[in-house]
Amino acid sequence: MSDRILEVDNLSVEFATYGGTVKAVRGVSFHVNRGETLAIVGESGCGKSVTVQAIMGIIPMPPGKITGGSARLNGKDILGLPAKQANQFRGVEIGMIFQDPMTSLNPTMTIGDQISETLMVHRGLSYKDASALAVQLLDKTKIAEAAKRAKQYPFEFSGGMLQRAMIAQSLACNPAVLMADEPTTALDVTIQAQILELMAELQRTENMSIILITHDLAVVARMADRVAVMYAGQIIESGSVDDIFYRSSHPYTLGLKEAMPSNKGDRDKKLSPILGSPPDLFHPPVGCGYFARCPYAMKVCEHQQPPEYLLAGDTTHQARCWLQHAGAPVNKRLYQTGANHAD
Amino acid sequence: MLIETKDLKKHFQIGRKQTLHAVDGVSLQIEENEILGLVGESGSGKSTFGKALIGLHSRTSGTTTYNGQLLPAKFTAADHLQYSKELQMIFQDPYSSLNPRMTVLDIVGEGLLIQGQTKRSEVKDQVALWLEKVGLNADHMSRYPHEFSGGQRQRIGIARAMIIQPRFVVCDEPISALDVSVQAQVVNLLEQLKQDLGLTLLFIAHDLSMVRYVSDRMAVMYLGSLVESGPADDVFFNPQHPYTQLLIEANPEPDPETERHHKYVPIIGEITSPINLGAGCRFADRCPKVMSHCRSVTPKTTVVAAKHTVNCHLFE
Ligand SMILES: Nc1ncnc2c1ncn2[C@@H]1O[C@H](COP(=O)(O)OP(=O)(O)OP(=O)(O)O)[C@@H](O)[C@H]1O
Ligand SMILES: Nc1ncnc2c1ncn2[C@@H]1O[C@H](COP(=O)(O)OP(=O)(O)OP(=O)(O)O)[C@@H](O)[C@H]1O
Ligand code: SF4
Ligand SMILES: [Mg+2]
Ligand SMILES: [Mg+2]
Repeated sequence: MSDRILEVDNLSVEFATYGGTVKAVRGVSFHVNRGETLAIVGESGCGKSVTVQAIMGIIPMPPGKITGGSARLNGKDILGLPAKQANQFRGVEIGMIFQDPMTSLNPTMTIGDQISETLMVHRGLSYKDASALAVQLLDKTKIAEAAKRAKQYPFEFSGGMLQRAMIAQSLACNPAVLMADEPTTALDVTIQAQILELMAELQRTENMSIILITHDLAVVARMADRVAVMYAGQIIESGSVDDIFYRSSHPYTLGLKEAMPSNKGDRDKKLSPILGSPPDLFHPPVGCGYFARCPYAMKVCEHQQPPEYLLAGDTTHQARCWLQHAGAPVNKRLYQTGANHAD
Repeated sequence: MLIETKDLKKHFQIGRKQTLHAVDGVSLQIEENEILGLVGESGSGKSTFGKALIGLHSRTSGTTTYNGQLLPAKFTAADHLQYSKELQMIFQDPYSSLNPRMTVLDIVGEGLLIQGQTKRSEVKDQVALWLEKVGLNADHMSRYPHEFSGGQRQRIGIARAMIIQPRFVVCDEPISALDVSVQAQVVNLLEQLKQDLGLTLLFIAHDLSMVRYVSDRMAVMYLGSLVESGPADDVFFNPQHPYTQLLIEANPEPDPETERHHKYVPIIGEITSPINLGAGCRFADRCPKVMSHCRSVTPKTTVVAAKHTVNCHLFE
């Protein structure tokens, strides 16, 4: 059996809006191995959430439309399944947690009953067994006095506890993959640390795969085995977490790293934001999506999409940038290997 | 010193005999032209403190001195008008804090019109000037908030606060909702305004690395009380209070190699309820170094190094 639990190939998603068609995701390919964490990073609006929503089958259609590509879970195609079949894997084989737990929990039902319901629907348990298991799941997520807490409503929980309750609910069916969309963005660092530790521990004990969406590079450094960096609807660099941090091969990845304050450096150094703004996805650029903001852009970048280069000496590190062409000028800031074409 | 609180308290009455101690005796000084970073657990009273400082909340007790004058415990409409010239606030959420039916001109210019000292025609020039200063375009004036990205909206909020040319601004999580690159833009802008206008800022945020970077001094709150304050690098690299130590410990670094060796010590238990609190250290229930008198006696402020103070019995 393949080690790849989830494989996404050339996924494209568009939205029809009154202003025109937004090409939100433009040919995204990635895979996740069993038991590993893949982080997807990139700035606001680059298509991170739409990518995982498409896989989960929760894009509103219309206005949304999956215009191409495939997603295979354990070898089975799951993209664009009819609602009934989609329900069989959604929340069962793939669990999902969101940035704002309040929006996905029902305010009128106790936390325990919400988890029990999932267990009754998907695993056919009786109410009694489901309730008992719900308490166990809450306990697993380190909620103190789980039996008492199970009888409370969402408004009686703090933000960190709600996020843990959501994790408990998403674990109800022992999913093989957990998708977490900005799970800690709204939380303070001590609660963030608890939630991340919990996810890492569950991954170890259940051999679960995690797709973690975030724009916080410190969270990526803490959690990820591999990283995919998105920009304007495409993955522009991917590789191991060390590849991305220590051998950055795309100017946008460098830009992201430089915009952050370092804990070591002195405080008088000015932060360097990436100048300009992302391209208009109604009319995506014909060349490289980063062209307008790239400090190293060349003539070719404006007119032709850079191919995906596989960096030499590595099997998984890829970057979509003309500077990885074997004949490109040397750039001291960037990791270049005089690489070859991936496909 | 520009602003000073002594034993500031803000309690909310919630139902019969239920008192929520949102801010419970905070004494803090902010020097002219400094940026004071304020951090602490969610619900620890940071926003309430910031609002009470500039009169957006009435005080339950304690005093606030601004520029040598005592501020009223409860602002009247006239007080608001008088002090809003000098005391301003930038809010966390760039989406809900701008009125969607007002143009950028109306939003940014409103403060000047309310002050009534600027002619309508001049207001427009001022708005244009401030939009440029915050890195937006004067043509953006006629547009509505929904036409802007999160970072642009946050800059509209900054222009709205700064156009009054205040002396003191409370920035309540001005960057939490933004992505890394836009955060850097907003932070650089605040630093620049501090230098150019001699502004004084209270900068509330969750991101400890960013707070350390932005602030001259850093203060830490836990459950309504101040637990530690000092020069930003002292507090960040040499935290003394057991809560600050756990907080800094929990801050991940954007470096995989460091993270592989980073030991996370969880804080045990849940945050204590802020309702009907008695005396004692607020952190006692969760403190790894708790002693018996911590639960009954409220710790005093102890100076541990130059300008570095801790509220904890371990240091008394
Ligand atoms: N329902 C929708 N209708 C129209 N456009 C949409 C819809 N959902 C998403 N989009 C557009 O698709 C693009 C990608 O959005 P997405 O939510 O995936 O961004 P993101 O990377 O998750 O950003 P963030 O970090 O802000 O969450 C954006 O331009 C967004 O405006
Ligand atoms: N208007 C109000 N009425 C009653 N309680 C309130 C009110 N405003 C705040 N509180 C309570 O006061 C306490 C402190 O809240 P505050 O918003 O100041 O915390 P914070 O430190 O800013 O938290 P966060 O980091 O989540 O923004 C919380 O327990 C909160 O629920
Ligand atoms: S392809 Fe060109 S524009 Fe795009 S990132 Fe590389 S150098 Fe910059
Ligand atoms: Mg998103
Ligand atoms: Mg707050």
